[in-house]
Amino acid sequence: MATQHSRSAARIMMAPAVILLLGWMLIPLTMTVVFSFKKYLPMRGGDLGWVGFENYARFVTSSSFWPAVATTLIVVGGVLLITVILGVLLALLLDQPMWGQGIVRLLVISPFFVMPTVSALVWKNMFMDPVNGIFAHLWKFFGAQPIEWLSNASVTSIVMIVSWQWLPFATLILLTAIQSLDSEQLEAAEMDGAKAVSRFGYIILPHLARAITIVVLIQTIFLLSIFAEIFVTTQGSFGTRTLTYLIYQRVLESQNVGLGSAGGVYAIILANIVALFLMRIVGKNLDT
Amino acid sequence: MGRITLDQVSKSFGEVEVIPPLDLTIDDGEFVVFVGPSGCGKSTLLRLIAGLEDVSSGEIRIDREPATHLPPSKRGLAMVFQSYALYPHMSVRKNIAFPMKMAGVPEDEQARKIADAATALNLTDYLDRRPGQLSGGQRQRVAIGRAIVREPAAFLFDEPLSNLDAALRVGMRLEISELHKRLATTMIYVTHDQVEAMTMADKIVVLRDGLIEQVGSPLDLYRAPRNLFVAGFIGSPRMNFVTGAGDRMGGAPTIGVRPEHIMASKESGPWKGTVGVSEHLGSDTFLHVHDTGLAETLTVRVGGEFDARHGDTVFLTPDDEKIHRFDADGSRIA
Repeated sequence: MATQHSRSAARIMMAPAVILLLGWMLIPLTMTVVFSFKKYLPMRGGDLGWVGFENYARFVTSSSFWPAVATTLIVVGGVLLITVILGVLLALLLDQPMWGQGIVRLLVISPFFVMPTVSALVWKNMFMDPVNGIFAHLWKFFGAQPIEWLSNASVTSIVMIVSWQWLPFATLILLTAIQSLDSEQLEAAEMDGAKAVSRFGYIILPHLARAITIVVLIQTIFLLSIFAEIFVTTQGSFGTRTLTYLIYQRVLESQNVGLGSAGGVYAIILANIVALFLMRIVGKNLDT
Repeated sequence: MGRITLDQVSKSFGEVEVIPPLDLTIDDGEFVVFVGPSGCGKSTLLRLIAGLEDVSSGEIRIDREPATHLPPSKRGLAMVFQSYALYPHMSVRKNIAFPMKMAGVPEDEQARKIADAATALNLTDYLDRRPGQLSGGQRQRVAIGRAIVREPAAFLFDEPLSNLDAALRVGMRLEISELHKRLATTMIYVTHDQVEAMTMADKIVVLRDGLIEQVGSPLDLYRAPRNLFVAGFIGSPRMNFVTGAGDRMGGAPTIGVRPEHIMASKESGPWKGTVGVSEHLGSDTFLHVHDTGLAETLTVRVGGEFDARHGDTVFLTPDDEKIHRFDADGSRIA
């Protein structure tokens, strides 16, 4: 099979896909890097020439940079924490035999099928609206003053919305992991005198370690770039400006392509640091 | 110590009655083997005793104490599973320590018991490995080690050797028998392999469709099977069932003769047939004899030197002393 001839034939046949993918990645990346070294203001004079590292310096010294980094980390961390903890609990619950299991599982997964823009709008208008939202009615029912979610608890709101979207993903992965646990192991632990909590801590949780790492890894990659949820709710105000949103504002609202591109390069570096960090954890977990 | 009594115990899954009410007593220190074809309820019975399944009715007593509604961990029993059920993320040491850790045994006592168990089971060099790095036989020993350190009233084995290769199985069989002699603890052992049952048991319980067909020592079952099922199940190769053998029938519709109780000769004998396949084991040869007019095939054990080829004619002489007679419902006629 793997003769010299068939290998070179395989390379030729793979080439179009590889070239397309490389072009898809490399051209925007190169353009971003090029623009980041230029003063480029499309509506105010266009390309104004090379400026060296000025954009990079301006981006990090701007007063909104560190708050944006902090917001990004809070949102990513918060969503990860909520989805993993609730995901494990939901997966445990869904693993129990019950009537209508198929339908329940389908319903649990369904938020994942809703587009981010749509789900953010639904949350904004149906749940979090301070006058007509369901939460407002709930608070009023108990005689409390309704919370103005998106202005007074803005980051919490974003975390809630994004968690709701990603919880099905975490639940699904963790549920399949739980189902792959050998029931004889649990029975052995039961006979060894382990109570339900110990069985969870000593048998189920270690078994889930790998699945949890995978959930964390995949979600982090996607969560670093959440945009629609912020765009349709707070527009980056009330401290919800993440790094991604800051870059968007620099490029499109301030019409400063160079500055935004420099931010983009920072975002790439940040994502790679996180990825490297996670890969090492995953590597360690996948080892065993 | 470890006397287990089942009193009218039954088990149903929904509408299906897997085990109709049965009584059974297992004496302290006995090695009892539950044997039967797959789906006969032997594993379910073991799980009922272990407490992993709830009984539908009846009572289980362990050391005369009612244990029917005790959780598994309170029954003082230890179980070795078919898949070994070791905890893959823990080292061998931690696996063996787990039941003691759950019971709150002090650290130094844990260490001492682990060392004892490891020495007894030849695991000392492997204590810091993970189960995934061990061979099947070693995993089996870890599972037994985890059971031993609990010092249970009785050990329960659920087909523990079925995942091992043939050579290892014989070795582990001896080790488990040896362990039983040394610990003198009650052991209940489930298997579908009648050789394991015959070689290891003090007492065999033959099950079919959840019913106990016969209880007795291996030789009792071999010498006086109570019915056709037990007669066919115990003994290898299985007993020949013969119909229409004239005077030898003694009025019974079916008689049984074991392959080792038939003599073969080239010259003369009351039964005549043609040799089909002959299986040479070296020490013995098993002849499958056709066209006797008595049964489809008669299996006969002859010495390794007996020379018979496919198609040869042989004459067979059953040992009249060792013929088993069964009536029309398959029960033994004394």
